[in-house]
Amino acid sequence: MQPRSRDFKALSAKSMKDESLQGALRQLETGFVRARRDSASALPEFEALRDQARDRLDDVLANLDIHLLAYEQKVKSQGGHVHWARDGKELCEIVSKICHDAEAKKIIRGKSMIGEEAGLNEALESDGFEVMETDLGEYILQLSKEGPSHIIAPAIHKTKDEISDLFHEAHKAHGLTERQSETSALVAEARQVLRQAFLNADAGITGANFLIAETGSNIIVTNEGNGDLSCTLPRVHIVTAAIDKVIPTLEDASLLLRLLARSATGQEITAYTTLSTGPKHPDDADGPEEYHVVLIDNGRSEMLGNEFREMLRCIRCGACMNHCPVYGNIGGHAYGWVYPGPMGSVLTPLMVGLDEAGNLPNACTLNGRCQDVCPVRIPLPGLLKAHRVREFESRLTSSLVRYGLAGWAWLARNPVIYHPLMNVSMRVMAVLGRRRGAFRWMPFASGWTDVRDLPAPQGSTFQSIWRKRERGDS
Amino acid sequence: MYDNNPPKVRTQKPVVGLFVTCLTDLYRPSVALAAVKLLEDTGATVKVPRAQTCCGQPALNNGDLKHSRQIARQVIDAFSGFDYVVGPSGSCMGTIKTHYVEQFKDDPEYLEKAEDLAARSYELVSFLTDIMGVKSVNTTFEGTVTYHDSCSGLRELGIHKQPRKILKTVKGLSLTEMHDSDVCCGFGGTFCVKYPEISGRMASAKCANIRNTGADTLLAGDLGCLLNIAGRLRREGDQTRVFHIAEVLAGMADCPGIAEGQE
Repeated sequence: MQPRSRDFKALSAKSMKDESLQGALRQLETGFVRARRDSASALPEFEALRDQARDRLDDVLANLDIHLLAYEQKVKSQGGHVHWARDGKELCEIVSKICHDAEAKKIIRGKSMIGEEAGLNEALESDGFEVMETDLGEYILQLSKEGPSHIIAPAIHKTKDEISDLFHEAHKAHGLTERQSETSALVAEARQVLRQAFLNADAGITGANFLIAETGSNIIVTNEGNGDLSCTLPRVHIVTAAIDKVIPTLEDASLLLRLLARSATGQEITAYTTLSTGPKHPDDADGPEEYHVVLIDNGRSEMLGNEFREMLRCIRCGACMNHCPVYGNIGGHAYGWVYPGPMGSVLTPLMVGLDEAGNLPNACTLNGRCQDVCPVRIPLPGLLKAHRVREFESRLTSSLVRYGLAGWAWLARNPVIYHPLMNVSMRVMAVLGRRRGAFRWMPFASGWTDVRDLPAPQGSTFQSIWRKRERGDS
Repeated sequence: MYDNNPPKVRTQKPVVGLFVTCLTDLYRPSVALAAVKLLEDTGATVKVPRAQTCCGQPALNNGDLKHSRQIARQVIDAFSGFDYVVGPSGSCMGTIKTHYVEQFKDDPEYLEKAEDLAARSYELVSFLTDIMGVKSVNTTFEGTVTYHDSCSGLRELGIHKQPRKILKTVKGLSLTEMHDSDVCCGFGGTFCVKYPEISGRMASAKCANIRNTGADTLLAGDLGCLLNIAGRLRREGDQTRVFHIAEVLAGMADCPGIAEGQE
């Protein structure tokens, strides 16, 4: 997916005018925020689990190389294959080659953010494969040719009406000519179409919520069961995952799973938690004949050694975006790439470049609500500020801001000049603004006055009032 | 989760350095006068170092660490020696309390000084209640107020119950909670001028929540939020009065509210 984060301002302006998107975003509060709060408060040890998860993942990251090798060893010992991809392009090439070698033509996909990150669908389609998304949200987006706008509810921006139209058009080819408008009928129709795709598929590609080093298993959590079918029905199963998904034990997984669903949807656990471990064994009733894991780095090993290391704890629950007031106003597409919201504003500049995505870490009020709900306590506002430091130090910050800050800082460090100058300025502003008590417009302050009045100051500054008081007292 | 432990030994008549904050100094000196009164009422002696201007957040939050450190050093030096340093803002005091230390990891001399300052620094209302043990104020304010939780005060300093508890002791005042009182108003320092459209929508949502309470007055503990919300209320033609909580607690809310005109 071609990043468009450079256009953040234009994209967010468009999103704010999009009434159906705004309607969908209003559902975040009832759908996610309250659900998370209720389920977190129903579990007395929730806060303690967050601490435990943070500490455990820090330990894991400190020895990630060892865990990765142990995982690889275990997968291989069970007849699976492990491939290493430096970036999205390499991942696509590897997956394409696996499918080609296995003579797989029809491919089904379970939901995977790594697939989005790498642009896997486009790559496979251009290599001549037939690819079908099986997660309902992703399926809708495949039909509408859009990227996800949320990491766990990818089609959250779509209304039921829009989905009706999409299905009506696309499902004609399957002999389904009636336009459905009820949710249950739409789901049933998608199930009917997808079921055939599951049965016909040669290869299934899924993501992984966790990779378990001690067993060589991958875990995916879904609410639709499409993950299970994608893992087990086709003769080839390919897992695409990032290197930071590896955790040592099933015990670790159980800790993180308790946090994941509660933080994401407020469920205690998702409807399906699927473990798959290697290809079908001789005495297994079913399962794939080939099992491949493609591990992608894409900048993560660099993060391991820099100020963004803590971001690698992310378990992709989406709580940060659900609680972000900026995301709540503009939705996911405005961020211009695959990861939106606070976690996306940290990751995107690292993956597509700060020159492309410099808006993202700046479009944040540092209100800290994301950090407050992050199940693994990632200091998201601090990481966004770290991007701003990088931006400033690599001179990507606009010269207007740079010179403005330098001038202001000079004044602020010279109180002898600052105080009398400010006193005079405030007194003038107070006289000018006295009648209305505020300004509708102010030169060089249109960023403020475009959307709100600028309150007028009271008059003399406190420092000048205090100085008079001290002189009077003495 | 918040490091807000009061020191074990409390000085009975402490000398408090008032961190005025730049917005209070420039826009609303009445807030600082109210802070001085509230502090003096507890028996404290209040000093106002002239060498202070701003806490440095504009530089810090825009990635300009060089200037941010220079200003932090100035604040650290200006406020050495006071028993406590108190300011009428969760945002500025949060910066002094939590973000100064982070900036001096490679400067042992100022790291120590920054840690020392952090341990002595408090936001005004929480200082009054948590450190000085103020349980009530002897003032009157006729009206229904609603209180906005400023993000930094709430999440960096854990200020939530203190302002509500003490507001309830103001005679004539009734407190009504707004929906989403803990959701950002859209100020965010330079965010509000960099992304005015998004900021304006966030402020607008805040204004709607305020209106829905039917309260006649909005209070908060941070002038940044208050200027933003008052400016937006005014733009929407909303006459809700806006004050800093210190003005009400000190009985000094008899002046025009923020963004209120004078005939």
